[in-house]
Amino acid sequence: MSASKTDHTFDSFGDSSASATRVTPGNALRPEDIAIQQEKPGELVAQYALRLGDDALILAQRLSHWISRGPELEEDIALGNIALDQLGHARSFLSYAALAWDKTEDDLAYFREEEDFRSLHIFEQPNGDFGVTVMRQLITSIYQHLLYTALLDSSDETIAAISAKAVKEIDYHRDHAIAWTLRLGLGTEESASRMRHALDILWPYVGEIFEDEELHAQLGDVGVAPSSLHAAWEEEFTSVLKDAELELPTVPFAMARGRRGEHSEHLGFILAEMQVLARKHPGATW
Amino acid sequence: MTETQGTWPLWEVFVRSSRGLSHVHAGSLHAPDSEMALRNARDLYTRRNEGISLWVVASTDIIASDPDAKGMYFESPQGKDYRHATYYVKSEGVKHL
Repeated sequence: MSASKTDHTFDSFGDSSASATRVTPGNALRPEDIAIQQEKPGELVAQYALRLGDDALILAQRLSHWISRGPELEEDIALGNIALDQLGHARSFLSYAALAWDKTEDDLAYFREEEDFRSLHIFEQPNGDFGVTVMRQLITSIYQHLLYTALLDSSDETIAAISAKAVKEIDYHRDHAIAWTLRLGLGTEESASRMRHALDILWPYVGEIFEDEELHAQLGDVGVAPSSLHAAWEEEFTSVLKDAELELPTVPFAMARGRRGEHSEHLGFILAEMQVLARKHPGATW
Repeated sequence: MTETQGTWPLWEVFVRSSRGLSHVHAGSLHAPDSEMALRNARDLYTRRNEGISLWVVASTDIIASDPDAKGMYFESPQGKDYRHATYYVKSEGVKHL
């Protein structure tokens, strides 16, 4: 994760008077900056950051499985970019959470057990076919967009700053998911039936997204109660489905308790693949 | 277009890197339609902060000169020095040129 060593003193960093043609990385907030900042989060804020970081990390790991397997080269890269954006959000949130426990983002990503992960079940659902991945993206990107937009007003400066960077990227993820939902929903009978199938198998995990925890009440205006996003999510999601000529499924919500560390059989496999290198060769760099 | 071959049509991508500069041809890509072409262009050609504006054009909409007609098209100006400003010497008495 922390392989790149960027020269902090590079003097044209984010400088608008620098050469018009020189390509610079810009001056956005980076996880490396968070890891060395002075302000540490309290236990509750760290727990909150851990949840958001775990969601993004597991989604990044899932999406990155599409690399070299996309339906077209261009879509392969699009999904890879989205995965990398999510990995960036995960790194920022986990770097921040780690400060509270004198750990690093890598400690949290690679050296925690399955029951220590706080991600929602929707994020660990298998990629399935392209339609399932698009539907999972539609569900999660509309949710994350509402969440990070609300977190712009978080009373915790770091959470607000990470959200400000993330919301622009999620905006694109949402746009990408909507574009594909419309094309597949309105495409052929085959593509529409795959989207209906995707909705049926993912819908059970929507309920958990909007369940509040005690933590949310304790956090006050640092965080956002997930239930407060439900109505807006449903309105936007339903309107996309309507445009794509798809219908809300009637299947009930599943009992999912990812926030308590209770996961489906999928997470263990995801973690095994994600953590094997770091555990086999602790401290390895390249 | 090339739909019959089971692949998406080809699009040409133009990126403007900064205000005041013109769009420059960056490369090409495949996409099912113009909207997706623009999204793919964003993913393929601006992921290292290269641009602030994008154009995509269906490759079939570009009318290109014929490489075999190079003589007719491009060789005629050769030797016509008088079409360049440097051909002319400064007239006597012109002070501020």
